Amino acid sequence: MKTVLTVDDSRTMRDMLMMALKDAGYHVIQAEDGVHGLETLKAHGADVVITDINMPRMDGFGFIEGMRADPDYRGTPVLVLTTESDAAKKQRARDAGATGWIVKPFDPVKLVDAVRRVAA
Amino acid sequence: MTEANIQTGARRELIAFRIGEQEFCVDIMAVREIRGWTPATPLPRTPGYMKGVINLRGAVLPIIDLSGRFGLGVTEPNARHVIMVVHIRDRTIGLLVDAVSDILQLTDDQVQPTPDVAADEVKAFVKGIFAIDGRMISLIALDRILPTEPEAEAA
Amino acid sequence: MTEDPFEAIKATFFQECEELLADLEAGLLALENGEGDDETINAVFRAVHSVKGGAGAFGMEALVRFAHVFETLMDELRAGRKPCDDATIKTLLRASDVLNDHVAAARGAGAPVDEARSAGLVAELEALTHGDAAPAASAAAPEADEDEFGFKPVQFDPMDLAPAAAPATSGGGDWRIVFQPNAALYAKANDAGLLLRELSRLGEATVEIDASGVPMLDVLEPEEGCLSWTIRLPGAVDEAAIREVFEFVDGDCDLAILRDEAEAPPVEFVAAPVAAPAPDLDITALLAAAQAQVQAPAEPAAPAPEPAPVIAAPAAEAKAPPAAPETAANAPVAQAPVTIRVDLDRVDRLINLVGELVIQQAVLAQRVSETAMIRATGVGQGLEDLELLTREIQDSVMAIRAQPVKSVFQRMPRLVREVAQMTGKQVRLVTEGEATEVDKTVVERLAEPITHMLRNAIDHGLEKPDKRVAAGKSAEGQVRLAALHRSGRIVIEISDDGAGINRERVLGIAVEKGLVEPDTQLSDEQIDNLIFMPGFSTAETISDVSGRGVGMDVVKRSIQSLGGRISITSKPGEGSTFTMSLPLTLAVLDGMVVSSAEQTLVAPLAAIVESLTPRAEDIHLVGGHTPVIRFRDEFVPLVDVAATLGFGIGPEPASTGVALIVEAEGGAKAALLVDAIQGQRQVVIKSLETNYQAIDGVAAATILGDGRVALILDIDALVSNTRRSVRKPDLKLAS
Repeated sequence: MKTVLTVDDSRTMRDMLMMALKDAGYHVIQAEDGVHGLETLKAHGADVVITDINMPRMDGFGFIEGMRADPDYRGTPVLVLTTESDAAKKQRARDAGATGWIVKPFDPVKLVDAVRRVAA
Repeated sequence: MTEANIQTGARRELIAFRIGEQEFCVDIMAVREIRGWTPATPLPRTPGYMKGVINLRGAVLPIIDLSGRFGLGVTEPNARHVIMVVHIRDRTIGLLVDAVSDILQLTDDQVQPTPDVAADEVKAFVKGIFAIDGRMISLIALDRILPTEPEAEAA
Repeated sequence: MTEDPFEAIKATFFQECEELLADLEAGLLALENGEGDDETINAVFRAVHSVKGGAGAFGMEALVRFAHVFETLMDELRAGRKPCDDATIKTLLRASDVLNDHVAAARGAGAPVDEARSAGLVAELEALTHGDAAPAASAAAPEADEDEFGFKPVQFDPMDLAPAAAPATSGGGDWRIVFQPNAALYAKANDAGLLLRELSRLGEATVEIDASGVPMLDVLEPEEGCLSWTIRLPGAVDEAAIREVFEFVDGDCDLAILRDEAEAPPVEFVAAPVAAPAPDLDITALLAAAQAQVQAPAEPAAPAPEPAPVIAAPAAEAKAPPAAPETAANAPVAQAPVTIRVDLDRVDRLINLVGELVIQQAVLAQRVSETAMIRATGVGQGLEDLELLTREIQDSVMAIRAQPVKSVFQRMPRLVREVAQMTGKQVRLVTEGEATEVDKTVVERLAEPITHMLRNAIDHGLEKPDKRVAAGKSAEGQVRLAALHRSGRIVIEISDDGAGINRERVLGIAVEKGLVEPDTQLSDEQIDNLIFMPGFSTAETISDVSGRGVGMDVVKRSIQSLGGRISITSKPGEGSTFTMSLPLTLAVLDGMVVSSAEQTLVAPLAAIVESLTPRAEDIHLVGGHTPVIRFRDEFVPLVDVAATLGFGIGPEPASTGVALIVEAEGGAKAALLVDAIQGQRQVVIKSLETNYQAIDGVAAATILGDGRVALILDIDALVSNTRRSVRKPDLKLAS
């Protein structure tokens, strides 16, 4: 079973991701911000990461850069979860090393499609 | 219990108990436990059949003397008396009776209407009568046992 | 607990909204006080953003719309494109009130939103967002675009998750897709193989690989893209579906999607920029750096200047936090407290069980002491240890339910704003001790008395701005709300820097209402406390603000019903301070255990002024039959507890009995005559109404060390019964 790490400061959003992903057969672990995300990744590892952008302590960009700077997680796919669908944010996430993105509010089918597209 | 239910032959288990020479029963599903008498703390300004409250594992349990409630005379309880802990609506109440006599399995079509010979006061609490082996056992309507608020205030 | 996971998440959302809205207000208040910084603005933005995000998922359109306008302005503020000045913050505070209303309405818990007020704020927020002072940038680059409005309620249906590969119309010849990933594709952890797999899900695919681009081994860069594929798919496959597969790699690969019938144009691949691999960095160092300082905004990874493989690009180096090793050494990892959420029912059950454990322990101790086992066997020591342990467990369990008063204090700024507006006064609310903890049941019941006292402080305590200025004060009045622990109780203080109590006027009113005799000599303190007398406040003296028919006597009574006390101190011209103290929990009560006509009873300690042994010469009969007793300078009625409760006749007052002087609601005193005092004890309150019904004269029951039930006296009812005015007992119970 593949493990998905979801990083989001909103409990509601984490719960929604959890429900959609569990239904699709993924094991889900959660973190509340970028710092916590990196800690969790280091402690448990993950096959795919889904992260929010706006978070306290460390935002999604910082988190992705942190992942990409670590040889262990350089190759782990990251999907950025954000309501901000405009080109600037998306491009900035890509520049930071994001593998793909999911636009909030997400459709569970599209979410699982996106995860499958990046997860071996 | 509706009339329709009584017409059907659904099987039910009942606990029978004695007050004086009379036998009564209640649905076993309402009974939580049966314990011996322990002295109760009296409550002020309550009817005579309210024996007070006891500590049932941390809960304050009111005790109703059924004999007193039925107008059959106030019980002076001793160690041989029994408290049936019953659940009535969302409350837990202890019923003071003389002794528990039997567990009966009956069907509802064995219930007969209360005969006129019964004392009026008892009749008010009885839903119907079972006759088995020559015994007459009155089925008690538990939801009529609790004092209504105005009655308690008037007392 | 609801079964439906979607409903469960919705419940989580509203719970989270409460926290977010509290954070939002706290942030705005910090900004208002000049204590905020950029991160505060960011936090406010995030709070609104999260409310909007969740609301969008549940299709709460009105809430989303309002939150969106709010968020857009916050985005301008955090980008520094708009000034975060006082006027803006005031508007944001009012907007947060309306956002609260929207959330309540969406929850179905509040009144419908005042549409006019909401629309008015939308207009204000938009005016601030697009105001004249807008730098050109805001018009040119709106960060939150209208696309976000395209929310769709999420429908969670597991069946929806089945692959939806429905080929649409057949529109011509087969597809030929030429795909060559660049290094950037791999750098972002995309995987060409997975994309091919996804393509093959769309229809029967044939894949050819072209490895001719693979360079000689000695120059091979492992993350460099050098393979290309040609994939053929049936013409029936939807082009949009194909493009969607490549959505994430657009720009990181060379891609041509062609119809086969058309002559394939020569595909020309342009050399793509090569992204340099990031330097190896330890996550630990990075974590430390991130915790030590707010993460610096990441710079876009600039394409390396040369197309040839490079070792380490300067851009990548620039991204590494410069001081990482140092901060790793100096900054210990800040651990946020780990919390779990537990159903309150479970905690309450645990508390009840521990209550029973305490009782059983006491019962056991008493039984053992009756058997003389103590000295012989060391059982006594064991029992003592058990008692200590039991008490510790009880304290720990009660601490689970302890909550900071913050949740109540947080509701007050809005109240203060509204009352200030209604009364035309300028008010600054200062709160202290928000973290002070008290049992959850007490927290919930603090809100009402605090609300009344705050209203009172603003309405009656503070002067109008012009009067303040005339008195040499600042136009803005200050109201202070503070919480602290003092000798096992929680103390709430509400003070204002207003005019203080007008004693002449208060005395005048009291005399006019017949509450005191005109020639009574009262100390300042006694005059101040007249405001707590029933009948002091009337509709005439209460404005509609502190009004709602509630006078300070009612406030005092509700505090007393919680086992609390309230007092006032005041200095003319300088202001007044109300001080109320409450027990830390409503589940236990400090009681005086007494015996009366062979019954053991408990009198709430909070009501007892003094206990004394009456002397015959102090007892008088009024009107030949009503006994009164002299206590200090007044005569108070003597109440035979046993007789009043119908347990029998109490002791002869002048010989054997003990009198408890108690103070009931409204300050009325009485002397409760009992046989003897057994001692003080903390008792666990058990409601009689759980299994029976309220009984006049009895507040509740408890279980004593001997395992028997003892009744807790309702002092107010006993005293008022003596005065022949029957009142309902008003002690509401925690359990």
